[in-house]
Amino acid sequence: MSTVKAVRTAVPHPRGTAARRLSVALSARPRTRLGLLLSAPLLWLGLVYIAALAALLITAFWTTDTFTGQVRTEWTLDNIVAVVTGSLYHTVTLRTLGIAVLVTVVDIVIALPIAFFMAKVASPRLRYALVIAVLMPLWASYLVKAYAWRSVLSEGGIVDWALRPFGLEGPGYGLPAVIMTLAYLWLPYVILPIFAGLERVPDSLLEASGDLGAKAGRTFFQVVLPILTPSIIAGAIFSFSLSLGDYITVNIVGGANQLLGNLVYTNIGTANNLPLAAAVALIPVVIMSIFLLAVRRTGALDNL
Amino acid sequence: MKSQIMAGGALLASALLLTACGTSGGGGGGGEGGMPTELGETEGAVSILAWPGYVEDGSNDPSVDWVSGFEDETGCQVTVKTFGTSDEALNLMKSGEYDVVSASGDASLRLVAAGDVAPVNVDLLKNYAGIFDFLKNQSWNSVDGQPYGVPHGYGANLLMWNTDVFPGGLDSWSAVFDGAGEHSGQVTAYDSPIYIADAAVYLMATQPDLGIENPYALDADQLAAAVDLLKAQRQHIGEYWSDYLKEIQAFETGDSVVGTTWQVIQNSITTGNTEVVLPKEGATGWSDTWMISSQSQHPNCAYAWLDWIASPEVNATATAYFGEAPSSQEACNFRDDCEAYHAGDADYASQIWYWSTPIPECLDGRTDVQCTDYAAWTAAWQEIKG
Repeated sequence: MSTVKAVRTAVPHPRGTAARRLSVALSARPRTRLGLLLSAPLLWLGLVYIAALAALLITAFWTTDTFTGQVRTEWTLDNIVAVVTGSLYHTVTLRTLGIAVLVTVVDIVIALPIAFFMAKVASPRLRYALVIAVLMPLWASYLVKAYAWRSVLSEGGIVDWALRPFGLEGPGYGLPAVIMTLAYLWLPYVILPIFAGLERVPDSLLEASGDLGAKAGRTFFQVVLPILTPSIIAGAIFSFSLSLGDYITVNIVGGANQLLGNLVYTNIGTANNLPLAAAVALIPVVIMSIFLLAVRRTGALDNL
Repeated sequence: MKSQIMAGGALLASALLLTACGTSGGGGGGGEGGMPTELGETEGAVSILAWPGYVEDGSNDPSVDWVSGFEDETGCQVTVKTFGTSDEALNLMKSGEYDVVSASGDASLRLVAAGDVAPVNVDLLKNYAGIFDFLKNQSWNSVDGQPYGVPHGYGANLLMWNTDVFPGGLDSWSAVFDGAGEHSGQVTAYDSPIYIADAAVYLMATQPDLGIENPYALDADQLAAAVDLLKAQRQHIGEYWSDYLKEIQAFETGDSVVGTTWQVIQNSITTGNTEVVLPKEGATGWSDTWMISSQSQHPNCAYAWLDWIASPEVNATATAYFGEAPSSQEACNFRDDCEAYHAGDADYASQIWYWSTPIPECLDGRTDVQCTDYAAWTAAWQEIKG
């Protein structure tokens, strides 16, 4: 074996394998390349997201045999009309909206100082510890956390015990308990986008504001908050949409109250009325669509 | 643009295809599966859908086990799923994953009408003969004289209270209706449209002018009266229950102090400060039937389970654990509390208003008026909860 031959074969001439031919063919056709790359995820998205939603939409226009609970494919607007005109659905929709808004407000109020401390005050080591601490509750099951709140809020539970020296009683089960529990459940989803947004605020801006004589409050409201608004809205989308669809927490700590999710659940589970459940399920879809369209202008969707 | 329209069309078509499965284009089911005339080899497994406390394999309490013996004898491994309301059972049976179900009267006829359960050849069950005659061929477990299952046991929905709060005891449903305000926020009720019948039973005693003859046969006015009563009650409800574990916990912590219950819940409460009674107004109740799925993959094991659970000793153990009357006189040889449950007393059994599905043809025989059906009850129940 001569050295000359070894050098020549070190960079072999590409052979015409099938993979090679495919690669050559694709390099000349960028659109085909993109199509192949995206077809699998798009098919998945189409089947799982769009088709499921379309199926929901279609079911809402069908009807059900009330005795046997079988869905009949007879077209009708009855379900939509019932949902739009029924006072029950108005009440429950308003209650659900109120809960979702309050949970979001509570979460933002709690998340802002925590995120600020994490991003701007804590040392890098403490910051990582805090990020882990914020994420830690996500390791436990949703149900475990909701039932933990059930025992915390029960008669003679920790809340009762802590308030008793002040002559007060715990809120017991009901809507306040739902707000507390949901705010707890979704807090990590609100802290993280705000934390990420704050990390992008340069320290020099805060210092410049201080050098120009602004106090902490003015620096926060006129410098930090405008930069942070998209991040806050990004966090709000999480807590708002998750609260809007929840029915398990309200079952566990909500006392006798029901939210939109419960109406969907009982219409399927109790009434065997899938079409009406589908019609009710369209309410949060509509609300979220309006909400997302409204916040799209703020640039919040870029922060998700 | 054209390709977008085509993609949209393809999605719509696939959505239609997806949803077309599991629906019927009008017309009910009513599958008339052929009955087996003889039994073959057992299949090695059986999947059971049951009320809590009906199929105990020792996993909740090692001393409570009537499943292991069945598995040893027949070789059928039992998997069990429990449900909290008849509606849940009805929904789960539609999946076709369960071979056997313990159906109450408010589910059984709907299961038959939907074609989800098959007629049962009772000649293949050697323990069927011993069952009380007044439980056989009833409106809730047979159609045109054809049995659709084997009676299991029967009992009443009871009133439970916390003895610390009601030291004098209770004997009337008024504690959860007209008198509910005294313990506002600590009253509980069963979370199902069928609970409207409990209000109707109370109205039968307190407002005879309404003319309610059967709590499952309510015309529009009578239903409205029951709904008003329940809406007033709603102001004082702490929480509704359908998960019996939730009610056990609520009574143990004191979050609930009075409300409707089952004997098995009373038996499960460990704090010892609750009592139950069958109130003077009477009560709703249940008479349950073991039924076999029309799509059963393990029919021989299913028949074996029906025969096993109807055998006197097993039936006695299971019904005693749940707190209800057994289905046969021989079962009383294995229980010492048959007196308390009035087992075999046909007159007493007739005074409990067994769960039954409300239908437009009034169950009390009235022909001059249409009664409200279960769909109306369901809508009313959602309205009541608000």
